[in-house]
Order: sequence, then structure tokens, then C-alpha cells
Amino acid sequence: MTGFLLTAGVFILLTVLLGLVSILRGPGDAVRLMAVQLLGTGGVAALLLLGSAIDLTATTDLALVLALLSGFAAVAFSVALGRAPAASSDDRHGSDPPDDSPAGD
Amino acid sequence: MSLANAFTMVFVSLGALAFFASWVGLLRFPDALSRLHALSKADNLGLGLVVVGLLPQASWPFGVLKLVALWLVSVLIGGATGQMLAGVIHANAGQISDDRETRPDTGAKSAARANPETAS
Amino acid sequence: MPGLPLPDPRWADVPLALASLGLALWLTLTRRDRAAVIGFTGYGLLVGLVWVRLGSVDVALTEAALGGGLMGLLLLIAVRRLGDGTALSPPPALLTRLLVGLLCLAVTLGLAAVVLGLPSPAPSLVEAVAQHQALTELGNPVAAVLIAFRAVDTLLESVVLALAVIVLWSFGADRAWGLRPRALDIGPPSSALLLLGRLLPPVGLIVGVHLFWTGADHPGGPFQGGAVLAAMAALVWLTRLGEPPPVDDWLTRLGIVVGPLLFLVIGLSGVVVADAFLGYPEAFTKPLILLIETAKTLSIAVALALLVAGPPELPGSMSTGQPATTESRVTG
Repeated sequence: MTGFLLTAGVFILLTVLLGLVSILRGPGDAVRLMAVQLLGTGGVAALLLLGSAIDLTATTDLALVLALLSGFAAVAFSVALGRAPAASSDDRHGSDPPDDSPAGD
Repeated sequence: MSLANAFTMVFVSLGALAFFASWVGLLRFPDALSRLHALSKADNLGLGLVVVGLLPQASWPFGVLKLVALWLVSVLIGGATGQMLAGVIHANAGQISDDRETRPDTGAKSAARANPETAS
Repeated sequence: MPGLPLPDPRWADVPLALASLGLALWLTLTRRDRAAVIGFTGYGLLVGLVWVRLGSVDVALTEAALGGGLMGLLLLIAVRRLGDGTALSPPPALLTRLLVGLLCLAVTLGLAAVVLGLPSPAPSLVEAVAQHQALTELGNPVAAVLIAFRAVDTLLESVVLALAVIVLWSFGADRAWGLRPRALDIGPPSSALLLLGRLLPPVGLIVGVHLFWTGADHPGGPFQGGAVLAAMAALVWLTRLGEPPPVDDWLTRLGIVVGPLLFLVIGLSGVVVADAFLGYPEAFTKPLILLIETAKTLSIAVALALLVAGPPELPGSMSTGQPATTESRVTG
């Protein structure tokens, strides 16, 4: 059983590590954040599975902390984009741009 | 092989498969919102299946309770996070679905934008 | 069907190491601030897993709590305030960058040489700690080292945290002294964010206290517990379900100093009672340690939360996210 659990844990870990390719490639920051979320959830699953070999109480605690804080990256991301900063926002969204609406509106 | 072990092997394998599917979706789906769909459904499902699979192996009562609590927390956070991210992606569609340079030439972009106003 | 044989740990180790290095390289080279911060959060998770693999779950817990929670929030708020697209100053010259790169390379190679050149088995104090651990009645050797054998270091660290808060507050404008910090006051939260703000903090409170309490015998401790509690406080302030306290609130200031102060008082009394600064009398070792750790957790939680909340600010200042420079350029 331990062998199976460890193998499954390693498999999940490798899968979410491959997700890091999405961080590098993008396109766009939303996908990067999603890759981090995947890493978090996969990390929780891998820790639960690998924990049987190390120290189950400790890894379950770590998995709990990871699960709890996995939402934080998403919260921080949505906070960082709360109101689109003036410089790079394009006017087609209508999300209150400051005075620079182009003539062709 | 005992029933508990068979149960664990089946569910954990399904969970691993769900994580793999989530990764494929993240990589291959065309746009941010569909990738978010892949992420929030498949990887929460994967975690849920793994947790269910591990329940027969956990110690009773506290091991089981901890696992269930962990799963509940993940599901609740995953749901709220998915909604929040969807809202952010939808509202900021242009900015975060592709990569544009964060440091444009100083003045060139805004000068180009200002010109049509002064020209018209 | 018999269980599978144990997999070779290198199947996990090599990809982890490669992924960490690759991500770190990308982080250094990328030009996009926000993408770099997101990648940095992921990097923190990776490093946490590496720590687990190295057998140090205490450090992994700290990495997860700080890197995954507070650091990402702090950095993304900073990216937002700096604006995505303003170059505040010209980038450093090529020569400077080359020199910095060479210096970093030298440090890395030096560290690698030291670590790889250690005799095997490497000298360590593990047995010495194991021998004397029973005196502290703590099951977690890391906790024993932190609070009993190297208590001076821990005391100094808790003082440093209080100093950091003072330094951060000194960044506020003179007119803003006595007001509340506003860096986390981003705007009305979306309904999903509000849900998280109501759901997570109670759970986080339990997890944080559990981490602190279990640190006596299992990986955990005041720092990890305090970091999780601080993250929950930041979330509450972020979603406007509560407000950060004004900087002249005496209760907050008491919270910041109670940890180091109590530690110091007990340490000084140890001179009289137990023949050494920070010595604990044998009869009261465990209760004293618990008292110190409780105060420490509280102070760490308060200090870390305040560090994320920022300096005191006048209402309606920069935190609304519109950097002044871009407006003047666009309308000019």
C-alpha cells in the first residue's frame, strides 16, 4: 500500500510541476495564477499521499495550511486588479477610464 | 487484497487522473475562462477523490476528521476562488489574457493616444 | 496483487530541483512585475515541498504560511500601487547588472562548495539536542532549540519584528500620524471575496492556534501559527469586514510588545532564579515556555498583520491605485 501511495503522490507531483510550464508561457497573468493554484491543490494531494511515508500528522498539518492559503494567491490577484490602473487600460471596457477617451467613441 | 486497499487504489488513481486532466486543460484550452473551468472542476475533483481514497487508511477518529475538514475547506475555498477569478478575468479581459509589456516607451503610447484628440 | 515497490525518491527530487531552478531563473529574467510576483508565490510552494523532502516540516510550514499567504499579498499590492507601466527610474547599466550577476554567482558557488565539501557524516548537533531535550519536556526538537537552547536568538528575532513595524510606520506622512493604515483598503469587495472573508478567518483562527499548540511536540510553533493568524487578519481588513487599528491605539501597541517584553522579563528573572540569562527554573520549565510561546504567537500575529497593512495614511491617498505620474502624462 505504501508503495502505491508514494507512486501516486509522485505522479500527481510531477503532473502539477508540468503545470509550471504554464507560468512561463502564459499567455496572460490569469493563466499563471491558475498554474499556481494547480500547484497548490496538487501539492496538498501529493503531501497527503506522501505523508504516509514521512510523518503523517505533520504533513497533514502542512496540507491544511496549504489548502487554507491557496485561496490567498487568488485573493491577492483580484486585489491587484481591483481597479485597472490608468496607463495600460484600454478604453474598450468602459471601466471608468480617466479623461483620455479617444475621439472615435 | 482487502476491500479497503482496493477502494483506496481505485479512488486515488481516479484522483490522479483528474489532476492530469486538469493540467491538460490548463495547457490546451483556448482562453482564460475555459482554463479556469478546467482548473476549478478537475483539480478540486482530484483532491476530493484522493481524500475519499485515503479515508480507509486514516486513523479513526481524528485522522478521518482532519481529512474531511481539509476537503471541506478546499471545496469551499475552491468555489469562492473560482467565482472571484472568473469575475476578475471577465472585467479585465484585455489585460490579463495576453502578455503585454509592462513598461511601454515613456510617452510614445500616451502621445499617440493624445494626438487624435488634438488633431480632431 | 501485491503493492507496488517503493518508488525511487529521485523521481520526485530531480524534477523538483529542476523546476525550482528553472522557475527561479525565469523570475530573475522576466520583465513583467505582476507575472513575476505570481511566479514567486508558486516558487514559495515549490520550496516548501523541497523542505518537506529535506525532512524539515517546520520550515515548510513557515514557507507555506508566509510565502503563500502574506508575501504574495504584500507584493501584489505593491505592484498595484506602483502601476503597471510606469518606469520609475531608468534600468541599471549593463556593467552594474553584470557585476551583480557575478557576485550572486560567486555566493552560490561558495555555498555549493561549502555544502558539498562537508565531511560525511556532516558535523551536527542532533545528538546533543536529543540528549538534553528531555529537560525541556518538549517533543519537537526544533521547538526545544528555539525556545530553550538558543533562546537568545529567538528573543532578538521577536524584537526585530517589533522594530520592523516601527520602521514601517515611520514611512507615513507626518499629518497621517495617528490614523489607520490604508494599504489594504482597495475598494468594495466582490461577493465571492466577501464570502471568503467570512468563511476563512474562523477556520484560519482554529488552524493558527492549532499550529501554535501542536508546535510543542510536532512541527509547528508560534511563528507558523502567528503567520496564519496574521494572514486571516489581513483578509478581514481586505474585505472591509474590519478595519486595521489606528497606529496610536494602545491595545495594538501592547499586542506588538507583549511577546518580546514577556520573553525579556522571564529571561532577566532567570538570572536570579536559575543562574543564567534566559535560564528556566526546572520546576517551571514547561509552564514558562508555554507562557512565552503564547505571548510570542500573539505578538507575531499582530506584527505581521500590521506589516501587511502598511503605514498610516490620509484617507483618499495613493491606495486607490491611480499613480499620479500617469495621469499627468496622459492629460499633458
